[in-house]
Amino acid sequence: MSNVFGFVSGLIFGIGLILAGMTQPLKVKGFLDLAGAWDPSLALVMGGAIALGVVAFAMARRRERSWTGAPMEIPTNRTIDRRLVTGGVLFGTGWGIAGFCPGPALVALGSGMGSAAIFVAAMLGGMVVHDKLLAPRVSGRA
Amino acid sequence: MNIDWTHFSPWASLAGGAVIGLATALYLLANGRIAGIAGILASPLRALMAGTTLGPDVNRLLFILGLLLAPWAWRLVAPLPVAVVDVGTGSLLVAGLLVGVGVRMGNGCTSGHGVCGLSRFSGRSLANVLAFMGAGFVTVFVLRHVL
Repeated sequence: MSNVFGFVSGLIFGIGLILAGMTQPLKVKGFLDLAGAWDPSLALVMGGAIALGVVAFAMARRRERSWTGAPMEIPTNRTIDRRLVTGGVLFGTGWGIAGFCPGPALVALGSGMGSAAIFVAAMLGGMVVHDKLLAPRVSGRA
Repeated sequence: MNIDWTHFSPWASLAGGAVIGLATALYLLANGRIAGIAGILASPLRALMAGTTLGPDVNRLLFILGLLLAPWAWRLVAPLPVAVVDVGTGSLLVAGLLVGVGVRMGNGCTSGHGVCGLSRFSGRSLANVLAFMGAGFVTVFVLRHVL
Protein backbone atom coordinates (compact mmCIF):
# COMPACT_ATOMS: atom_id res chain seq x y z
CA MET A 1 0.00 0.00 0.00
CA SER A 2 2.87 2.39 0.75
CA ASN A 3 3.91 1.98 -2.89
CA VAL A 4 0.51 3.15 -4.10
CA PHE A 5 0.71 6.17 -1.79
CA GLY A 6 4.24 6.84 -3.04
CA PHE A 7 3.12 6.90 -6.66
CA VAL A 8 -0.03 8.96 -6.03
CA SER A 9 1.88 11.48 -3.89
CA GLY A 10 4.48 11.91 -6.64
CA LEU A 11 1.81 12.34 -9.30
CA ILE A 12 -0.10 14.97 -7.28
CA PHE A 13 3.18 16.70 -6.34
CA GLY A 14 4.15 16.91 -10.02
CA ILE A 15 0.74 18.29 -11.05
CA GLY A 16 1.08 20.91 -8.32
CA LEU A 17 4.53 21.91 -9.65
CA ILE A 18 3.11 22.36 -13.17
CA LEU A 19 0.10 24.37 -11.95
CA ALA A 20 2.35 26.51 -9.75
CA GLY A 21 4.63 27.47 -12.65
CA MET A 22 7.70 25.78 -11.12
CA THR A 23 8.39 23.75 -14.28
CA GLN A 24 9.01 26.92 -16.31
CA PRO A 25 12.68 27.81 -15.74
CA LEU A 26 12.28 31.31 -17.18
CA LYS A 27 9.43 32.01 -14.74
CA VAL A 28 11.59 30.75 -11.84
CA LYS A 29 14.36 33.11 -12.91
CA GLY A 30 11.78 35.90 -13.12
CA PHE A 31 11.13 35.29 -9.43
CA LEU A 32 14.85 35.31 -8.63
CA ASP A 33 15.39 38.55 -10.59
CA LEU A 34 14.67 41.12 -7.88
CA ALA A 35 16.44 43.89 -9.80
CA GLY A 36 14.60 43.33 -13.08
CA ALA A 37 10.90 42.82 -13.82
CA TRP A 38 10.12 40.77 -10.70
CA ASP A 39 7.50 38.00 -10.83
CA PRO A 40 6.54 37.30 -7.17
CA SER A 41 4.41 34.22 -8.04
CA LEU A 42 6.74 31.64 -6.54
CA ALA A 43 6.49 33.20 -3.09
CA LEU A 44 2.80 32.28 -3.26
CA VAL A 45 3.70 28.69 -4.20
CA MET A 46 5.67 28.43 -0.96
CA GLY A 47 2.82 30.10 0.94
CA GLY A 48 0.19 27.71 -0.43
CA ALA A 49 2.33 24.64 0.22
CA ILE A 50 3.31 25.64 3.75
CA ALA A 51 -0.31 26.49 4.69
CA LEU A 52 -1.19 22.81 4.17
CA GLY A 53 2.20 21.57 5.35
CA VAL A 54 1.81 23.16 8.79
CA VAL A 55 -1.48 21.30 9.30
CA ALA A 56 0.01 18.04 7.99
CA PHE A 57 3.01 18.14 10.36
CA ALA A 58 0.79 19.07 13.31
CA MET A 59 -1.34 15.98 12.53
CA ALA A 60 1.74 13.79 11.96
CA ARG A 61 3.27 14.74 15.31
CA ARG A 62 0.25 13.33 17.13
CA ARG A 63 0.74 9.94 15.54
CA GLU A 64 3.23 7.17 16.33
CA ARG A 65 2.69 5.42 13.01
CA SER A 66 1.59 6.38 9.52
CA TRP A 67 -1.62 5.14 7.86
CA THR A 68 0.36 2.23 6.39
CA GLY A 69 1.89 1.40 9.78
CA ALA A 70 5.35 2.82 9.07
CA PRO A 71 7.07 4.78 11.87
CA MET A 72 6.71 8.57 11.59
CA GLU A 73 10.13 9.75 10.47
CA ILE A 74 10.13 13.47 11.13
CA PRO A 75 13.70 14.87 11.11
CA THR A 76 15.18 15.71 14.49
CA ASN A 77 18.50 17.17 13.34
CA ARG A 78 18.84 20.79 14.48
CA THR A 79 22.50 21.35 13.60
CA ILE A 80 23.25 24.48 11.63
CA ASP A 81 26.80 24.08 10.30
CA ARG A 82 28.95 25.08 7.38
CA ARG A 83 27.91 22.08 5.26
CA LEU A 84 24.25 23.04 5.55
CA VAL A 85 24.87 26.62 4.45
CA THR A 86 27.51 25.84 1.80
CA GLY A 87 25.23 23.17 0.35
CA GLY A 88 22.41 25.72 0.17
CA VAL A 89 24.67 28.25 -1.56
CA LEU A 90 25.84 25.70 -4.17
CA PHE A 91 22.28 24.54 -4.79
CA GLY A 92 20.97 28.12 -5.08
CA THR A 93 23.72 29.02 -7.55
CA GLY A 94 22.81 26.11 -9.82
CA TRP A 95 19.10 26.93 -9.42
CA GLY A 96 19.78 30.52 -10.47
CA ILE A 97 21.80 29.47 -13.54
CA ALA A 98 19.28 26.99 -14.98
CA GLY A 99 15.99 27.83 -13.26
CA PHE A 100 15.50 24.16 -12.32
CA CYS A 101 15.38 22.63 -8.86
CA PRO A 102 15.20 18.82 -8.46
CA GLY A 103 11.41 18.20 -8.50
CA PRO A 104 10.50 20.43 -11.45
CA ALA A 105 13.51 19.10 -13.39
CA LEU A 106 12.12 15.56 -13.06
CA VAL A 107 8.67 16.69 -14.16
CA ALA A 108 10.17 18.52 -17.16
CA LEU A 109 12.22 15.40 -17.95
CA GLY A 110 9.01 13.35 -17.93
CA SER A 111 7.45 15.74 -20.42
CA GLY A 112 10.28 14.90 -22.83
CA MET A 113 12.28 18.12 -22.53
CA GLY A 114 15.87 17.57 -23.72
CA SER A 115 17.44 20.32 -21.62
CA ALA A 116 15.84 18.82 -18.50
CA ALA A 117 17.45 15.47 -19.36
CA ILE A 118 20.88 17.14 -19.51
CA PHE A 119 20.27 18.93 -16.21
CA VAL A 120 19.00 15.79 -14.43
CA ALA A 121 21.94 13.70 -15.66
CA ALA A 122 24.38 16.28 -14.30
CA MET A 123 22.40 16.55 -11.05
CA LEU A 124 22.51 12.78 -10.45
CA GLY A 125 26.24 12.95 -11.27
CA GLY A 126 26.63 15.72 -8.69
CA MET A 127 24.85 13.63 -6.06
CA VAL A 128 27.14 10.67 -6.73
CA VAL A 129 30.23 12.93 -6.71
CA HIS A 130 29.18 14.27 -3.33
CA ASP A 131 28.39 10.91 -1.77
CA LYS A 132 31.44 9.12 -3.20
CA LEU A 133 34.13 11.77 -3.01
CA LEU A 134 33.12 14.64 -0.76
CA ALA A 135 31.34 12.86 2.08
CA PRO A 136 31.45 9.08 1.69
CA ARG A 137 30.37 8.49 5.28
CA VAL A 138 27.50 10.95 5.50
CA SER A 139 23.98 9.69 5.05
CA GLY A 140 20.49 10.82 5.94
CA ARG A 141 18.20 13.32 4.30
CA ALA A 142 16.28 16.58 4.69
CA MET B 1 11.17 47.24 -7.20
CA ASN B 2 9.42 46.60 -10.46
CA ILE B 3 6.64 43.97 -10.49
CA ASP B 4 6.22 41.93 -13.66
CA TRP B 5 2.38 42.04 -13.80
CA THR B 6 2.25 40.26 -17.19
CA HIS B 7 3.70 37.04 -15.82
CA PHE B 8 2.47 37.30 -12.23
CA SER B 9 0.11 34.35 -11.67
CA PRO B 10 -1.07 34.64 -8.06
CA TRP B 11 -4.03 32.25 -8.17
CA ALA B 12 -2.42 29.48 -10.19
CA SER B 13 0.72 29.65 -8.06
CA LEU B 14 -1.20 29.69 -4.78
CA ALA B 15 -3.35 26.77 -5.95
CA GLY B 16 -0.31 24.89 -7.26
CA GLY B 17 1.39 25.43 -3.91
CA ALA B 18 -1.67 24.04 -2.13
CA VAL B 19 -1.60 20.95 -4.38
CA ILE B 20 2.11 20.49 -3.55
CA GLY B 21 1.17 20.84 0.14
CA LEU B 22 -1.55 18.23 -0.31
CA ALA B 23 0.92 15.75 -1.85
CA THR B 24 3.37 16.47 0.98
CA ALA B 25 0.62 15.83 3.55
CA LEU B 26 -0.41 12.58 1.85
CA TYR B 27 3.15 11.22 1.68
CA LEU B 28 3.80 12.21 5.31
CA LEU B 29 0.59 10.84 6.82
CA ALA B 30 0.44 7.71 4.64
CA ASN B 31 4.10 6.71 4.53
CA GLY B 32 5.50 8.58 7.52
CA ARG B 33 8.12 10.33 5.44
CA ILE B 34 9.23 13.77 4.33
CA ALA B 35 8.44 14.51 0.67
CA GLY B 36 11.89 15.93 -0.03
CA ILE B 37 12.81 15.30 -3.66
CA ALA B 38 16.57 15.43 -3.10
CA GLY B 39 16.34 12.74 -0.41
CA ILE B 40 13.84 10.66 -2.40
CA LEU B 41 16.31 10.65 -5.33
CA ALA B 42 19.44 10.19 -3.27
CA SER B 43 18.29 7.14 -1.32
CA PRO B 44 17.83 4.70 -4.26
CA LEU B 45 20.88 6.24 -5.96
CA ARG B 46 22.97 5.42 -2.88
CA ALA B 47 21.61 1.87 -2.85
CA LEU B 48 22.51 1.48 -6.54
CA MET B 49 26.05 2.75 -5.96
CA ALA B 50 26.51 0.49 -2.94
CA GLY B 51 25.00 -2.51 -4.76
CA THR B 52 22.48 -3.08 -1.96
CA THR B 53 18.83 -3.96 -2.43
CA LEU B 54 16.38 -1.39 -3.76
CA GLY B 55 13.52 -2.95 -1.75
CA PRO B 56 13.12 -0.17 0.84
CA ASP B 57 13.31 2.41 -1.97
CA VAL B 58 10.48 1.07 -4.14
CA ASN B 59 7.97 3.59 -2.78
CA ARG B 60 10.50 6.39 -3.49
CA LEU B 61 11.07 5.17 -7.04
CA LEU B 62 7.30 5.15 -7.52
CA PHE B 63 7.12 8.71 -6.18
CA ILE B 64 9.69 9.65 -8.85
CA LEU B 65 7.65 7.77 -11.47
CA GLY B 66 4.64 9.83 -10.39
CA LEU B 67 6.63 13.04 -10.95
CA LEU B 68 7.74 11.83 -14.40
CA LEU B 69 4.16 10.93 -15.40
CA ALA B 70 2.57 14.13 -14.03
CA PRO B 71 2.97 16.00 -17.34
CA TRP B 72 1.23 13.11 -19.14
CA ALA B 73 -1.71 13.28 -16.72
CA TRP B 74 -1.79 17.06 -17.24
CA ARG B 75 -1.86 16.67 -21.03
CA LEU B 76 -5.03 14.57 -20.77
CA VAL B 77 -6.81 17.73 -19.63
CA ALA B 78 -4.86 20.72 -20.95
CA PRO B 79 -1.72 21.61 -22.91
CA LEU B 80 1.42 21.94 -20.76
CA PRO B 81 2.61 25.49 -20.04
CA VAL B 82 5.50 26.44 -22.31
CA ALA B 83 8.80 25.84 -20.52
CA VAL B 84 11.71 27.97 -21.70
CA VAL B 85 15.35 27.32 -20.74
CA ASP B 86 17.55 30.29 -21.62
CA VAL B 87 20.99 28.71 -21.14
CA GLY B 88 23.08 26.30 -23.22
CA THR B 89 24.25 22.75 -22.59
CA GLY B 90 27.44 23.76 -20.77
CA SER B 91 25.55 25.94 -18.30
CA LEU B 92 22.94 23.22 -17.78
CA LEU B 93 25.68 20.73 -16.92
CA VAL B 94 27.34 23.13 -14.46
CA ALA B 95 23.96 24.02 -12.92
CA GLY B 96 22.96 20.37 -12.57
CA LEU B 97 26.28 19.48 -10.92
CA LEU B 98 25.98 22.39 -8.47
CA VAL B 99 22.40 21.43 -7.60
CA GLY B 100 23.33 17.75 -7.17
CA VAL B 101 26.32 18.43 -4.90
CA GLY B 102 24.52 21.24 -3.08
CA VAL B 103 21.35 19.35 -2.16
CA ARG B 104 23.37 16.39 -0.86
CA MET B 105 25.74 18.58 1.14
CA GLY B 106 22.85 20.59 2.58
CA ASN B 107 20.66 17.48 2.92
CA GLY B 108 17.63 18.85 1.10
CA CYS B 109 16.17 21.17 -1.49
CA THR B 110 13.14 23.38 -2.14
CA SER B 111 10.79 20.61 -1.00
CA GLY B 112 12.64 18.98 1.92
CA HIS B 113 13.97 22.16 3.53
CA GLY B 114 11.61 24.63 1.86
CA VAL B 115 8.12 23.16 2.08
CA CYS B 116 8.62 20.49 4.75
CA GLY B 117 11.25 22.24 6.87
CA LEU B 118 9.45 25.55 7.06
CA SER B 119 6.12 23.77 7.70
CA ARG B 120 7.60 22.22 10.85
CA PHE B 121 9.29 25.47 11.88
CA SER B 122 12.83 24.07 11.61
CA GLY B 123 15.56 26.66 12.16
CA ARG B 124 18.01 24.36 10.39
CA SER B 125 15.82 24.31 7.29
CA LEU B 126 15.30 28.07 7.45
CA ALA B 127 19.09 28.54 7.41
CA ASN B 128 19.38 26.36 4.30
CA VAL B 129 16.44 28.10 2.58
CA LEU B 130 17.96 31.54 3.24
CA ALA B 131 21.27 30.26 1.79
CA PHE B 132 19.79 28.87 -1.43
CA MET B 133 17.35 31.73 -1.95
CA GLY B 134 20.10 34.27 -1.35
CA ALA B 135 22.45 32.46 -3.75
CA GLY B 136 19.66 32.25 -6.34
CA PHE B 137 18.97 35.99 -6.11
CA VAL B 138 22.68 36.84 -6.35
CA THR B 139 23.29 34.44 -9.26
CA VAL B 140 20.45 35.84 -11.37
CA PHE B 141 21.50 39.38 -10.49
CA VAL B 142 25.07 38.71 -11.63
CA LEU B 143 24.03 36.84 -14.79
CA ARG B 144 21.44 39.41 -15.86
CA HIS B 145 22.71 42.74 -14.59
CA VAL B 146 26.48 42.49 -14.08
CA LEU B 147 27.94 40.20 -16.76
